[in-house]
Amino acid sequence: MTSRFLTLEPSGRRIEVVEAGTGRDLLFLHGAGGHMPADPLIAALASQYRVVAPMLPGYGQSAGEDDLRDMLDVTLHTLDVLQALKLDQPIVVGHSMGGMIAAEMAAIARTEIDRLCLLAPAGLWIDEHPVVDIFTRLPYELPGLLFHDAEAGQKLLASGGNMDDPEFLKQFLVMNARRLGMAGKLLFPIPDRGLGQRLYRITADTLIVWGAEDVLIPPVYGNAFKKAISGSKLVKVSGAGHAVGQEKPQAVLEAIKAHF
Amino acid sequence: MKFTWFHLMPWPHMPDDFREKHRSVWVDLPSRMYEPEVGHGVYHQYLDQLEFAESVGFDGIGVNEHHANAYGLMPSPNIMAATLTRRTSKAALVVLGNSIALYNPPLRVAEEMAMLDVLSGGRLVAGFPVGTSMDTNYAYGTIPALTREKYAEAHDLIRKAWAADEPFAFNGRYTKLRYVNCWPKPIQRPAPPVFIPGGGSVETYDFCLDNTYSYSYLSYSGYLRAKLLMEGYWKRVAERGVDESPYRAGFAQVICVADTDAEAERLYGPHINYFYNRCLHVYPGFADAPGYRTIKTIQTGALSQFTAASARNYVTMSWKDLTENRYVIAGSPETVRQQMEELIKTLRVGNIFCLMHVGNMPDDKVRHSTRLFAEKVMPRLRHLWPEWNNHDDRFWIHPMQQPVGLRTAAE
Repeated sequence: MTSRFLTLEPSGRRIEVVEAGTGRDLLFLHGAGGHMPADPLIAALASQYRVVAPMLPGYGQSAGEDDLRDMLDVTLHTLDVLQALKLDQPIVVGHSMGGMIAAEMAAIARTEIDRLCLLAPAGLWIDEHPVVDIFTRLPYELPGLLFHDAEAGQKLLASGGNMDDPEFLKQFLVMNARRLGMAGKLLFPIPDRGLGQRLYRITADTLIVWGAEDVLIPPVYGNAFKKAISGSKLVKVSGAGHAVGQEKPQAVLEAIKAHF
Repeated sequence: MKFTWFHLMPWPHMPDDFREKHRSVWVDLPSRMYEPEVGHGVYHQYLDQLEFAESVGFDGIGVNEHHANAYGLMPSPNIMAATLTRRTSKAALVVLGNSIALYNPPLRVAEEMAMLDVLSGGRLVAGFPVGTSMDTNYAYGTIPALTREKYAEAHDLIRKAWAADEPFAFNGRYTKLRYVNCWPKPIQRPAPPVFIPGGGSVETYDFCLDNTYSYSYLSYSGYLRAKLLMEGYWKRVAERGVDESPYRAGFAQVICVADTDAEAERLYGPHINYFYNRCLHVYPGFADAPGYRTIKTIQTGALSQFTAASARNYVTMSWKDLTENRYVIAGSPETVRQQMEELIKTLRVGNIFCLMHVGNMPDDKVRHSTRLFAEKVMPRLRHLWPEWNNHDDRFWIHPMQQPVGLRTAAE
């Protein structure tokens, strides 16, 4: 995995882009938590594809988040990134919040995206099945929310830092505030910015993947996305929670390979 | 010195096992705990206490805004202040204040505060808090990272609306109004004095200094812990080269006065315990939504009052701990006078927000403590800033000369 920078014109916004592997181009858009340390999904996808994973402003070393305030800002920003990366008919993969952004891109710029893979995307709201409010959750609750096997998830998430060290704690708080501050513009207090009324516009060949044990955005949302995007396919991965790609990377890779 | 008798208006009937049964006093505490017919009496008792405070000589009486909680029952402080305009005649009405990022359009705040200023004959002190994260983000749904930008725009609109004599157009990012036309307008021109509750961010220091607003630190952890924060403020004042009027700053303090120190513990101990262990029992996940604080503020290490409170273990803190460490200033009039003088001089503050109703304190104790403070403590603290003539016109109300007598008006 390597990291480089991309500067967007005319804003001058500087974006960190993680790259790995060779093969067909695959754009990967991360969720609200950003990339995990040595992200297992990126690693698995890289065995088959050239994975290009830009970080949203507020994440990693990508800057310029103050000028991104709403869904349209973020969608157009990410389309600008896609254009600047000059990828060749990429498969566009987005996880959770990244899936919400990918779906918006495909709905708004339907001619620019023809292969779309949504991994447990955010963006819809069903009263009977409320999405978990991630903003009120404390760090120790995250493994259980993201993984079916919380103990294994805990090891994947472990940052190695000591929360009792004030300097590390401050850095952690700054990182958390930047990331979730940005995510809040799309997800707070309810992760619905009207995507549901635009999904009909998607003409891309669409694969939806959901962890069968997802407690953060329950699998019933997979059915709702499938219903709203014509011709889409839904694959449920057993033994996986919301971080379906990190918990079962091989299964997700196989599903993508089989579909596209 | 200016002393404002400040009411939080808590729900005084949280059960003894409150902490065990509920994770938070704010945001998700089921409202079945609230009993409206009991609330009727509670509200009127609290309003009576504010009126009593004027009658014994406090300079101001204060109310504030909170939502979805049992800590403070004033979703609309303006309604409370409106009732006070009718039965008081001298005290400043310190509305501390309206969380201006929550109103759509924020012009509503300009209008209501103008109404209060007109009703009271020019006695309004206008407070513009950002609001706690529990109120602003979780109860009212404002996106955390956009809260401050929205606040700044709302402030701009309100000041322009008060100042203008003709309709004007306001093209904001969050509010677009083709015709801004504030009827009524405040009596105090160009605006009532403005107090800003702050929690240690440099941006807020500068905001106060730019606009000649008084910086108000509302803390429950007492003046010893507030010293560092207030030193930061005064350092900024010096850097900016503005005058060091103590009236540029205010501090909130829990105060309990009795005839003796021992009597204070006996009378007020249980209510202090109720306040610190029930009223401040906020779930840490609600205390500070990510994005609510600026990165700069986090880097300076300032945490929210409620993050700090949840990290602190009040359950294990005794009356002795709370008073010796000056979370609470309590005791005989002489004890309280000494500690208040130390507070005022250490923090260099011209405004004190006196928290004298505490938790579930019954009315007779509230009045006893209030009267002792007004009669035996306040007069001896009045003249601590002789070099400023003990008053600063820029940070206090300017009532009209001859307000109409209400009784005459009724006849």
